Amino acid sequence: MRLERRDAVPLALVAAAPLAAVAAALALAAGLIAAAGVNPLTAYAEMLRGALGSRLAVTEMLTRATPLILTGLAAAVAFRTRLWNIGGEGQFYMGALVTAWIGHALGLPGPMGIALLMVCGMATGAVLLAGPAALRLRFGVDEVVTTLLLNFIVILFVGLMIEGPLRDPLAFGWPQSVPVDGDYRLPDLIARTRLHVGLLVALTAAGIVWLILSRTVFGVETRAAGLNPRAAAFAGIPLPRTILGVALISGALAGLAGSVEVMGVTGGVTTTMSPGFGYAGIVVAMLAGLHPAGVVAAALFVATVFVGADAMGRATGVPSFIADVIVALSLLTMLVALLFTTYRIRRS
Amino acid sequence: MTRVLELDGITKRFGRLTANDGVSLHLMQGEILALLGENGAGKTTLMNILFGHYAADAGTVRVFGQPLPPARPRAAIAAGVGMVHQHFTLAGNLSVLDNVMLGTEPLTRLASRRASARARLLDIANRFGLPVDPEARVATLSVGERQRVEILKALYRDARILILDEPTAVLARPEADRLFATLRGMTAGGLSIIFISHKLHEVMAASDRVVVLRGGRMVAERATSATSPAELAELMVGRRVDRPLRADHRIGAPLLVADAVSVTQGGTTRLDAASFTVHAGEILGIVGVSGNGQGALGALLSGLTPPSAGRLTLDGQDIGQAGPRGLIRAGAARVPEDRHAEGAVGDMAVWENAVLERLRTPAFSSRGLVRRAAARAHAADLIARFDVRGATPDTRIRLLSGGNMQKLILGRCLATRPRFILANQPTRGLDEGAIAAVHAELLAARAEGAAILLISEELEEALALSDRIQAIVRGRLSRAIPAAQADARRLGLMMAGAWGDADAA
Repeated sequence: MRLERRDAVPLALVAAAPLAAVAAALALAAGLIAAAGVNPLTAYAEMLRGALGSRLAVTEMLTRATPLILTGLAAAVAFRTRLWNIGGEGQFYMGALVTAWIGHALGLPGPMGIALLMVCGMATGAVLLAGPAALRLRFGVDEVVTTLLLNFIVILFVGLMIEGPLRDPLAFGWPQSVPVDGDYRLPDLIARTRLHVGLLVALTAAGIVWLILSRTVFGVETRAAGLNPRAAAFAGIPLPRTILGVALISGALAGLAGSVEVMGVTGGVTTTMSPGFGYAGIVVAMLAGLHPAGVVAAALFVATVFVGADAMGRATGVPSFIADVIVALSLLTMLVALLFTTYRIRRS
Repeated sequence: MTRVLELDGITKRFGRLTANDGVSLHLMQGEILALLGENGAGKTTLMNILFGHYAADAGTVRVFGQPLPPARPRAAIAAGVGMVHQHFTLAGNLSVLDNVMLGTEPLTRLASRRASARARLLDIANRFGLPVDPEARVATLSVGERQRVEILKALYRDARILILDEPTAVLARPEADRLFATLRGMTAGGLSIIFISHKLHEVMAASDRVVVLRGGRMVAERATSATSPAELAELMVGRRVDRPLRADHRIGAPLLVADAVSVTQGGTTRLDAASFTVHAGEILGIVGVSGNGQGALGALLSGLTPPSAGRLTLDGQDIGQAGPRGLIRAGAARVPEDRHAEGAVGDMAVWENAVLERLRTPAFSSRGLVRRAAARAHAADLIARFDVRGATPDTRIRLLSGGNMQKLILGRCLATRPRFILANQPTRGLDEGAIAAVHAELLAARAEGAAILLISEELEEALALSDRIQAIVRGRLSRAIPAAQADARRLGLMMAGAWGDADAA
C-alpha cells in the first residue's frame, strides 16, 4: 500500500470530503454514546430534533451559527495564506469586551452606534492579531504559539476587567461586564426568538470575503503568498505587507464575531459567553476547505451539533460534552479526508 | 563476464499512460551502462521498478540470477542493489555517519555500535576513493559531497549494483567529471553501475554501453565506442534536433551596466565588486561552478536583493532599489533559476501564473479587481505563441512538464518585449527538444535587440548562445572574453579562477 499524489482532484471529491469526514466523526462518536448506555441512533435523532425540529430550535441553531461563521471566516482567511491564527478565541473576547465597554456609554443614535461598535470590535481583533503577525515577520516567532497563548491572557484579562473596572453593578455580584446600551442591541430577525440581524452581518461578511479572495488583486496575491512564498516574492508580491493585511482581516473578523455576539445575544461580557467559538472556527474553516461559502455550511453543521447536543443531553442523559467530542473528531477526520483528496491509495 | 542484472519484458502503466512497455535489458559485471532518454521516456520508472519502489504490471527482474520479488525495496537492497536518487534522501541535521547508519541497525539493539560503523565507513570510503568526514553535519556539505554520502550509503549496505538517477543534474561540470572518474574506479573494484541521463556528452564520456529509451520503449542499444552524440540524439528524440545557432549581427549600445556592484546576504559577501555591461542585442554569458555567486547575481538582477555597494543601471536609470515590480516596469524580464520554487505557484492556474508579475498593471486589473477575462486571454495567447503543450488557461501549472512550464515562464517574460532579460539556468533539467525551443526564443529576443544576461553552468550552452563570456568565481567576475576566443578548456581555467589579476575586471 502506498500513497500517490493525484494529478487533479475532482470537484466531487472536494465536496464529498467534508461529508465523509462528518459521517466518520459521527460514527466514531457513536461508540462513546453507546458506551454511555444510549442507542446512538436515538441520540442522533434527538440531536437533530433539538437543532432543527422546531422553528425555535432552528432559530437557536442559526443564532449559534452566527459567530461561528465569522470565526470560521477568520480562520479560513488566515490559513489560506498559511498564517496560523489560533487566536480567534482571544480576538472574539477582546472584540466583545471593547464593544461592551464603549457601547455602555456611547452617545450616538442606534444604527450609527451599532456600526461604530462593530468597527471597534473589528479594530480590536485586528490589532490583537497584528502583534503576533509582526513578531513572525520581524523575528520569525511562531504565530501558532503566540496566538494560542494570547487566548489565555485575554480570558484572564477579561476576567480582571469584569471583576473590576467594567463590572456590572446591577448584576448582583455575578461576574459580568456592563452591558451595551439598549439602543445598540441588534434588532431581532424573527420576533420572540434570539435570532438577530447579526446573521445577516455574518452572511454579508462571507460574501465580501469571497469577493476579496477570488476577485481582487489582493486575494490572488494572498493565495500566491500562501501556496508558494518564494515564487510570490519573485513575482514582486510584497510578502510582509500581504501577510499583515491578511492578519488584519482575520483578526477583524474574529473581533466582529465577539462584537456581534455581545450586541445580539449577551448584552454584557462574561468569561463563559463563548463555548469555544474561536477554536470551533478552526474546525469550521477546515471542514469548509477554507472556502467562504463552505464556511457558512460548516458553521451550520457545528451549530447543529452544539445546539442539538444540549437537547440530546436533556432527553437521553448523554453528557452534552459529546458536542465537543464530535466537533474535535470532525477536525481529525477532515484532516484524514484531505489526505485522501490529495493522494490516492495504491496497492502494490 | 557474467550478467549481474536482467530485466525482462518490464511493463508498467499509470492509468492510461504506459510508462514502460516491454523493456528488457541486462547489466554485465564491472560495466557502466547509461540509460539515456528524454524526460518522460520512462527511465526513472524503470529503475524504480528494479529497486522495488513500484511493482511492474508484467515482466521479471533477476539479480545475480535470482528473481527479485516485486515492490520490495528491502529485497532489492538485500540482493545488492543500491540506488542514488536524483533528489537526495538525507537528513540534513544528522551527521554523515548517522545518515549512513540509518536503518541498518535492528531497533531492538540498545546501544548503537558507532565505532565499528565508523571504521567500516572509513574503510569503504578509502577503498572506493570517496573521502568524507563521518562527523560532518550533512547540512554543511556541498551538493557534490552529499551525493558522495548517498553513494556511501548504498555501498555501506553492500551494494554491488549501483543505480544513479540523473547523478549530474545538481553537479557542476568539474564535480561531474570527478564523479565519473570515481565511478570508473568503483567498477574496477567489482561494482556494476547503471546511470540515468539525458546528457549526451556525459553518456559518451562515462559509459561502456548505452540503452536508449523513448516513449517507454527501448529503441536502441549501442556500445558507446560504436556510436556518436548525433546518432544518440536522434535515437533519443526520434527525429533530428539541432540546437539553433547564433547569427552574427550588430550589437547595440550598452543597456544594463553594473559598476562594481557588491551583494551581501546574511553578512556574507556573495557578489564582490562585480562589473559587467550587457549591450542591446547581445547575450552575455556568466559561467561558473555552482555556488560561486550565481544565486546572488540572480537575486540582484531579479530585484530581490539590492546591491550593498556599487551601481546598477538599466538604460542609465538606477535600478538597484527597484524591486521585482520596479524592474519589470523598467523593461526587464526575469527567468528564474528554479522554475518550481520561484517561477511558478504550482497549485495556481496557468492564467494566474501568467499574469502574477503584472497583476497590478492596468492590463490585468482595475480598481483592485482582477480582469479575469483579459488575464485568461493573455494566457491562452502565451500557450499558443510559445507552443505550451498540455495546458489550458485553467490548468494547474503543476501538471505541466518541466519544458512546457519553462516555455510558459519564458513566454511570460518575452510577451512584454523586454529590453533586458535575465536568463538564469534557463534550460536546467530540460530535454533536448525543449532546450532547442528555449534557445531559439532567447536568440529571437536577441535578434530583436534585447540585452540578455545568461547565467549557465552548461559550457555548451554558454558557448552556443553568448556573444561574450565572463566567469564567476567566489563572487568575483573575470573580464569578459569574446565567445569566438572561448573554448571549453579556456573557460574551465577561468571557472577555476585562473584568469590572472591583471585580467580581473
